[in-house]
Amino acid sequence: MRLRWIFQCVLYRRAGICAVLALCGSATNAQGQDRAPQYFQSDIQYGAQIFASQCTSCHGENGDVIPGVNFRAAQFKRVISDNDLRLTIANGVPGTAMQPFTFGAAELTGIVSYLRNMSSFKASGQMVDDPARGRALFEGAGNCASCHAVNGKGPRVAPDLGDIGALRTAELIHRTLLDPAGSMLPSSRPVRAVTRDGKVINGRRLNEDTYTVQLIDEQEHLISLSKADLREYTVLKSTSMPSYKDKFSAQELADLEAYLLSLRGVK
Amino acid sequence: MNLGRRASFLLFLISVIPGSLYAQVTAERLLHASDEPQNWLTYSGSYASQRYSTLQQITAANVKNLELKWVFQAQSLQKFETTPLVVDGIMYLTQSPNDVVAVDAKTGRAFWVYHYAPSPAARPCCGIVNRGVAILGDSLFMATVDAHLVAIDAKNGHALWNVKLAEASAGYAATMAPLVVKDKVIVGVAGGEFGVRGFIAAFEVGTGKQAWRFDTIPKPGEPGHESWRGGDWEHGSAAVWVTGSYDPDLNLTYWGTGNPGPDWNPEQRPGDNLYSDSAVALDPDTGTLKWYFQFSPGDPYDYDSVQIPVLVNRNWNGSPRKLMLWGNRNGFFYVLDRANGKFLAGHPFVKVNWASGLDANGRPILTPQPPGAPTFPGIQGGTNWYSPSYSPRTGLFYVSTWENYSTIFSGVNADYKEGQRYTGGANTSPIPGADNPTSQRQGPVNTYTEALASGAVVALNPETGKPEWKFEMHDVNASGILTTATDLLFVGGREGYFQSLDAHTGALLWKQNLGGEIIAGPMTYLVDGKQYVTIASGNSLFTFALRE
Repeated sequence: MRLRWIFQCVLYRRAGICAVLALCGSATNAQGQDRAPQYFQSDIQYGAQIFASQCTSCHGENGDVIPGVNFRAAQFKRVISDNDLRLTIANGVPGTAMQPFTFGAAELTGIVSYLRNMSSFKASGQMVDDPARGRALFEGAGNCASCHAVNGKGPRVAPDLGDIGALRTAELIHRTLLDPAGSMLPSSRPVRAVTRDGKVINGRRLNEDTYTVQLIDEQEHLISLSKADLREYTVLKSTSMPSYKDKFSAQELADLEAYLLSLRGVK
Repeated sequence: MNLGRRASFLLFLISVIPGSLYAQVTAERLLHASDEPQNWLTYSGSYASQRYSTLQQITAANVKNLELKWVFQAQSLQKFETTPLVVDGIMYLTQSPNDVVAVDAKTGRAFWVYHYAPSPAARPCCGIVNRGVAILGDSLFMATVDAHLVAIDAKNGHALWNVKLAEASAGYAATMAPLVVKDKVIVGVAGGEFGVRGFIAAFEVGTGKQAWRFDTIPKPGEPGHESWRGGDWEHGSAAVWVTGSYDPDLNLTYWGTGNPGPDWNPEQRPGDNLYSDSAVALDPDTGTLKWYFQFSPGDPYDYDSVQIPVLVNRNWNGSPRKLMLWGNRNGFFYVLDRANGKFLAGHPFVKVNWASGLDANGRPILTPQPPGAPTFPGIQGGTNWYSPSYSPRTGLFYVSTWENYSTIFSGVNADYKEGQRYTGGANTSPIPGADNPTSQRQGPVNTYTEALASGAVVALNPETGKPEWKFEMHDVNASGILTTATDLLFVGGREGYFQSLDAHTGALLWKQNLGGEIIAGPMTYLVDGKQYVTIASGNSLFTFALRE
């Protein structure tokens, strides 16, 4: 995968072997024998097409609809190795909606390659960059850490980004940094509520149904409100998060994206 | 023949003609199911499929006193889409994958469980679900996800016969509650995402022998085949996966058919693709097609017409007429003459931009959106298979809807491989980072929100096609609807609330949070003078009645 390839290149550069990897024209992954030593971009893109037509109706576009399964976070119920993944696709899972698929070898390679690289896949093939520099930007010039925590370290005003790399695609993270308001998940929008006795509550929406809304307020209290008790309730489409379009260079944005993509949650 | 021998012969007759003398449910009782509202004898409550009950114990004045009487917890984490039957105090429900359970309708305590293990080759597109059983005599009938039809003894839960409908490994499945008409049990097959060739078939109730089969895609030489190019028809889908209706006076049974295949690439199947996305009227004795009406010719959006045909007798333009009311997944509400399939009226009931309207024959006036632009309604439709309701008292048609909901459709060529998905493209959400809603359950947190889609119950005036009222929900709504003679409406929703509304106004009268998505139809019955209301939510079946 691109992220890991670049990251490894940074490490390998010192040993002078990056050129060899680059000649392969491929993505690499060195997480042990469970996984292929490298995944090719062409396979990943081919797998992405198959996934879109064959898998999304059950697994969702982000691969996280089935409880206990999240492809982007490398969370599976049964799969450990690439071979397990192939067998599961080929044989299905009896007693579940996971049917057997009779894919050809190239299709299987494509799907496995895509699933293994889903979190950082960019249809454009654009590369991401150095997560270490990105972390420095996150905690420094970007001022991201003033609102976002990472795995519990930091404020709760905005969502904890400790697993954002497992939840969002590289493209969506890029888009969010450029256009935060337009890319914000509607479920996380800021809300303003005014109770019948005039109390104003500002917070970030966590959940909502026809009769109630659940939020975390500016003082980090978890609050559940009955809409019948509110004089006013507004879901805001704006956000206090700035756009980094003119604030960061393309390289800095790529570094920041690399850092965010590296955040896969607490294992 | 002496008396002793006569008695022996009578006992012999009783033993060899199951159901003929001690029948629980006769064909005559099914014909007049509405006359015994203490029972719920068919999936939709009656052959007219109005999901309307004449029970009157629970009213607008006392509905606030409903309380939980019992819960049945399914031994399954699959979606729970069952509508139970109730026959003289015994409830028959199904749980995934293909269990039938008989319980005391007053207490929820089980008498027996029939377990059917479907073949591992089964591959239903959208969850291992079952929506219920049919009954005749002492026999229950269940269709299975590996495309079998099974008859079960209603007294002890033992299988009586089991016939294969089609090859599960080729993508055929069955999820609907069958429909019994006279001495036949009628069922259709699912598999519209696998390039199957859909059909509806009838079987003799006593033996399981196939009586007739109607293929929803005509083969070469049959009328309608000209609506296909070359060999496209062989994998053209038009599956049938919800229960039909029956008009005994016209002796016609009505069924809705699903999308043509591949779903999203109409360039691979030019033409109208009959009889996909259609209502078909069949002779229940022979399976002969009497008429059809196609809602979405050459459909590129997966707008299955797999809805419950609701049969209504009422005035139309001042004269009594036998109508069929149909809230279609394509976003239009149709009124048809069910004697001949004539289109009478059609109006959008949600936002629609794939067609600007319907012409005089009911054919859509197409307005396809540019590539990459959202299409309304989205992939799950303006409504879907969820049971609507019609109240003869209010004269309104009630339907669960997905409001302001769109999808970006894109088609690509699909190669047919038996048993593989044959969808020909993809559908995506126009909202960055948001998944297109799938038919899978999403858990207790609403990640869709109002920006992606919201739900509603809409009360439509059949004569105008316009809503008399709308009850809006924050999350989407895949619940069936029940109405009663006390002008109550019961409906659930993805949020897990089970609600009672005023059928005249849509005003909320009562609600209970059941905690799990409601994707089934409510039903009601009466035992020992007490009216009950039952609904499946999450993994459990909840039954309510008035507080003592």
